Amino acid sequence: MKPTRGFLGRGNRDPRLPPGQYDVGRDWPVLTAEPTPTLSTATWTFSVGGLVEQPMKWTWDELRALPDSTYAGDIHCVTTWSKLGVSFRGVSVDTVLAAARPLASASYVLATSHTGYTTNLPLEDVTAGKAWVVWEYEGEPLAREHGGPARLLVPHLYFWKSAKWVSGLQVMDHDEPGFWEQNGYHDRGDPWLEERYQGD
Amino acid sequence: MTEGRAAPPPGKWQSATVVQIRRETATAKTFRLELAEPADHLAGQHYVLRLTAPDGYTASRSYSVASAPDGSNGIELTVERLPDGEVSSFLHDEVVVGDELEVRGPIGGWFVWRGDGPALLLGGGSGVVPLMAMLRLAHRTGRSDLARLIVSTRSPEDLYYAAELTRLGAEILYTRRTPEGWPRPAGRLTMADLPASIGAETTVFVCGSSGFADAATDMLLSAGVGNERIRVERFGPTG
Repeated sequence: MKPTRGFLGRGNRDPRLPPGQYDVGRDWPVLTAEPTPTLSTATWTFSVGGLVEQPMKWTWDELRALPDSTYAGDIHCVTTWSKLGVSFRGVSVDTVLAAARPLASASYVLATSHTGYTTNLPLEDVTAGKAWVVWEYEGEPLAREHGGPARLLVPHLYFWKSAKWVSGLQVMDHDEPGFWEQNGYHDRGDPWLEERYQGD
Repeated sequence: MTEGRAAPPPGKWQSATVVQIRRETATAKTFRLELAEPADHLAGQHYVLRLTAPDGYTASRSYSVASAPDGSNGIELTVERLPDGEVSSFLHDEVVVGDELEVRGPIGGWFVWRGDGPALLLGGGSGVVPLMAMLRLAHRTGRSDLARLIVSTRSPEDLYYAAELTRLGAEILYTRRTPEGWPRPAGRLTMADLPASIGAETTVFVCGSSGFADAATDMLLSAGVGNERIRVERFGPTG
């Protein structure tokens, strides 16, 4: 594309920003397509099912008792904002998958939310230290509008993959488009490849 | 959350020519763009607009389409000038009629209204933009009975599309200051501003800041509107 007349851009672009993204700074936009639910930790659960040897279900207290793990780095929303240098605490998806023991045929997961939201991910994008179920942001409990009490965190993919109000993972042997993926968004969503929409 | 009907993937990046610029408020302008490769959009969808610097640096933002689908090769985007907004301030301060801009769309298959069922539209501030496309669609297709728009805005000076909203029968509420003699006192949206009954077939579209969206959806839920009938689009910073 030829340059836009008169647009010079801003110098010193942060190398942590993927193409087409901008640094949102201190803000954290909320982009939820549905009412924000109020979920009680007294009844909240997280499950791993589907193609596993041992289907698992944790209560809030049980999940919190698993070995915790932190992520420090950046997050990238498909609507073009990125938030740099943030931290989350939770449990690694490796830990919950290890308890359920995926079958050899397992190759994808469908993450589900207590609201009915879904998003699909290749298994390899949620294993080997790449994904978490998080309940803390910058040392504070994760706010309700950001998915609290707990959300999925898959920070190397666009943030719609990090399902808010996560309720579980369905382990599958095929890819099944989730909510936004059925609505025109990319099945994988790598921000460094700008995989924003179906066909990118 | 129920599943939406799938929308086709957006087209590729294309060039668009600015053919008209209208001022809506002191901080909002509507840009009418003529597309090189026109595509039918759905009311509620958005486009991504991309600026490219001579060194290849790009900046992109998403903007809702304000115009109803009308079979023309044009779309209208209403842009609020944000303080320090890299793209919005460029559009406001630099772009003139005749300029070429790069856009991609239409995008979105969830926050869309196809004009085929009753819709209650609740907009806060610049959140009125995608709802305006819906209201305009209802009127253009002779089904103004299907869509009811309630707009919340700070003051008369902040209201987009003021004359047209009045003409199309939208309900306007002011949160800080009203026009002289306005029957409703200034104040935020309350239950009393919502229709007395919201039919079971009605889809409710809420668009605005996160605070507005949360307040509106909480009211709708307590009025007995099911989660699955509420579609929300939020923008802007929180906390």
